[in-house]
Amino acid sequence: MAIVTPQRPEALAPERPLNAPVRFLRRPTGYTKGVWGWMTTVDHKKIGIMYSATAFIFFLIGGLEALLLRIQLGAPDQTFLRADTYNQIFTMHGTTMIFLVIMPLSAGLANYLLPIMIGARDVAFPRINALGYWVFLAGGLFMYSSFFLGGAPNGGWFGYVPLTRNLPGHNIDYWIFGLQILGIASLSGAVNLIVTVINMRAPGMSLMRMPIFVWMSLVAQFLLLFAIPVITVALFLLSFDRLFSTNFFNVAAGSDPLLWQHLFWMFGHPEVYILILPAMGIVSEVLPVFSRKPLFGYQVMVFSGIAIGFMGWGVWAHHMFATGLGPVAVSAFSASTMFIAVPTGVKIFNWISTMWKGKLTFPTPMLFAIGFVAMFTIGGLSGVTHGVVPADTQQTDTYYIVAHFHYVLFGGSMFGLFAGAYYWYPKFAGRLLDERLGKIHFWLMFVGFNMTFGPFHILGLQGMPRRVYTYPEGRGWDVWNLVSTIGSFVIALSILTFIVNMWKCRKPQEVGDDPWDARTLEWTIPSPPPEYNFKEIPLVTSRDELWHRKYTEDEHGRSVKRAVPVGQPKMAHSEVEPSPAEPHEGSDVVGEQTGEHGEGPGEGHSEEHEEHIHMPSPSYWPLLTAVGMPILSYGMIYKTWAVAILGGVWIFGSLYAWALEPATAPEDTPVHGPDTSGEDLESVTAG
Amino acid sequence: MSTVTASSGSHTEIDAGHPPTSTGLSNEKVAMWSFLGSECMLFGALISTYLLFKGQSEPGTIAPVDVFDIPYTSVSSFVLLMSSLTMVLALAAIQRGDQRLTRIWILATALLGASFVAGQAYEFTVFVREGMNLRVNLFSSSFFVLTGFHGAHVTIGVLMLLSLYSLSMRGKLPSSKAETVELVGLYWHFVDVVWIVIFTLIYLIP
Repeated sequence: MAIVTPQRPEALAPERPLNAPVRFLRRPTGYTKGVWGWMTTVDHKKIGIMYSATAFIFFLIGGLEALLLRIQLGAPDQTFLRADTYNQIFTMHGTTMIFLVIMPLSAGLANYLLPIMIGARDVAFPRINALGYWVFLAGGLFMYSSFFLGGAPNGGWFGYVPLTRNLPGHNIDYWIFGLQILGIASLSGAVNLIVTVINMRAPGMSLMRMPIFVWMSLVAQFLLLFAIPVITVALFLLSFDRLFSTNFFNVAAGSDPLLWQHLFWMFGHPEVYILILPAMGIVSEVLPVFSRKPLFGYQVMVFSGIAIGFMGWGVWAHHMFATGLGPVAVSAFSASTMFIAVPTGVKIFNWISTMWKGKLTFPTPMLFAIGFVAMFTIGGLSGVTHGVVPADTQQTDTYYIVAHFHYVLFGGSMFGLFAGAYYWYPKFAGRLLDERLGKIHFWLMFVGFNMTFGPFHILGLQGMPRRVYTYPEGRGWDVWNLVSTIGSFVIALSILTFIVNMWKCRKPQEVGDDPWDARTLEWTIPSPPPEYNFKEIPLVTSRDELWHRKYTEDEHGRSVKRAVPVGQPKMAHSEVEPSPAEPHEGSDVVGEQTGEHGEGPGEGHSEEHEEHIHMPSPSYWPLLTAVGMPILSYGMIYKTWAVAILGGVWIFGSLYAWALEPATAPEDTPVHGPDTSGEDLESVTAG
Repeated sequence: MSTVTASSGSHTEIDAGHPPTSTGLSNEKVAMWSFLGSECMLFGALISTYLLFKGQSEPGTIAPVDVFDIPYTSVSSFVLLMSSLTMVLALAAIQRGDQRLTRIWILATALLGASFVAGQAYEFTVFVREGMNLRVNLFSSSFFVLTGFHGAHVTIGVLMLLSLYSLSMRGKLPSSKAETVELVGLYWHFVDVVWIVIFTLIYLIP
């Protein structure tokens, strides 16, 4: 039985330890505002915004890199970029878009929304949450500092050995250590969000009532949890090879460089689903709202997401068909690759069925969601063709592959994330984005996207290899490359429209709690939400909780608006009928107490409690811990052991100070909240 | 339902000691189990690397049969296994509220763990004297990295145990915080189990 609101006498509030550790920094309090307020915050909403904003800036940088690549390839025999510069730019473009854009954008949305969607006030470990963001930022800045310190990584985003073992300079080292730092961010975030979803659901929020975005993010976090350590090992082996001349990828010493590819893709293929599952979740939230129908086949959606999560571990070698794995392995991975299209296809049909016979409206989030379904279907279909081994060996390392993964990552993940951005912007910012500019944004992006990446299919089938910095005239590639380059500038224009839109709509307006007439819990609270999210922890009685509070069904099974919404504070103790539309399936938490649920969230004494809601205190230590990681990495790369030891001691010291700092500052009067003392332990472990 | 009604009548605070959770397990415990799941993949990848590479060294270079001293490593493995026993005793002691025995068993666990690490350091020294180092061949590269990683994990565990000991000495480890000991114990047992796998796969199986 989950319990919302534990009772705890004030008298037991943690008293100040008599021999409190001497702090050389005064602890920030809940009242710390301004820049320090942001730098020390442990509020999941602020952290989510920081994740998203930082990732958006990296998106602009990665986009600029893409434009440079497209300028170079717009015509044959260009000399705009030198070959070496081109290598650095395409490596950084890929690495940025995957690790510094889509992953943190998904992490940002999940951070902001997951606790609210399950009816919690914060994540399980607020300070570890802050650590995740700062480590991500440190990793991104560290990797980009390479541009000013001798050249950026230049071995491709998957860094194949033995090339990356043997490349001179420190370029690859920045890539290795940058990814290690980002891995720490992802891993801590994964543990945190998994615990949050498993353990902090509001009463009544059984697993099968969770919004589908929560489900898909949860599956993605599990994938991260198990995939990150694999690339961590691969990167460790490579860094040992480069720093200490071990032999892991030394072919002369008898090593098998395919080990790298196995380890990398064992991480890399689950990674693909880490990138797409949250976007699938977003689209599954947006489509029902603007179709005015519940999601078609909720259970099937959940289980197909879980199935993708499991099967995602059995397809990695389809990235390696051209390496000569032998007929048995090739057949097995070919079959599994085609098979994983089944749960994905199920999802596509569910989205279509959700829209089928719905009362469709087409505001910008809906356009992006439909764009996602269409573009992702194309990307998915070209993905299935990779499972066909004879075709795949023909397509390997051509632009056909580049077309495929841009259709799933840009046409898929990014379209989904933009749908989410337009859909939840009113919740984050307190006002809607401009619809007219939004529609311009969508259509420019839709056209530009297909102009840019559609021709890649043709180029690939005509044999244009990927990662070439230029090509000679007369191969029949000129026209399509030019079209693609023009398309990339159309995309750039669409992004400009988005920036203008956000700039225009930066000041909050009275948008109301629920501007879209939506279905899930985040729309029951003010926009933007207060620091504590919920005055009273909600009691959940059905899937699409908010919808059932607002709507009921008439005798013909049509939904009709309730005269007075149920489950609101005003409605305390009034006659509340159980929502007939949803016969409380899966109510393993609330059990049989249907009909009493007006009481839980409804007790009308919320006002005077507002000041008594205690949230965890802010802290410097997550930020300081994160700062140590680039220091350690610079020391390692340049083999300046003093610096490396300084970084190590810095991290260790910060973690220790963190562990000794109570989650709640005794001096921070309004604050004592979800206990996170065990987090201390966790952080020591992670160190 | 009564719980919900009763609690909404009181404050909307979260209990600082034992936050009620959807599963009934504390957040910290779920987090530790998740983290250990992740660690399984880490050691899985390292062990696979070792197994793939141990037979691929250039012929004539140093090989496992030349250096492994199985009786010696068996003793240090036994020491590490015994530390799991003392860890369990420490947890039982703190759950009973016996502060003195808690401290003794925590310290014993830390000392046994430290002995294991010292034994490993000695073993490494012997191996280096016999001509092994990180760069000699594939076997020695992957041996040192795998066992080194495990040794680092044991070292971190020892540090956590010593931190617990120091907390306990300062009276900051009351039996209400028995779960902290339990969590360190989870980590400690995990590291032990990994050693059993490593010892079997690397030392015992030729």
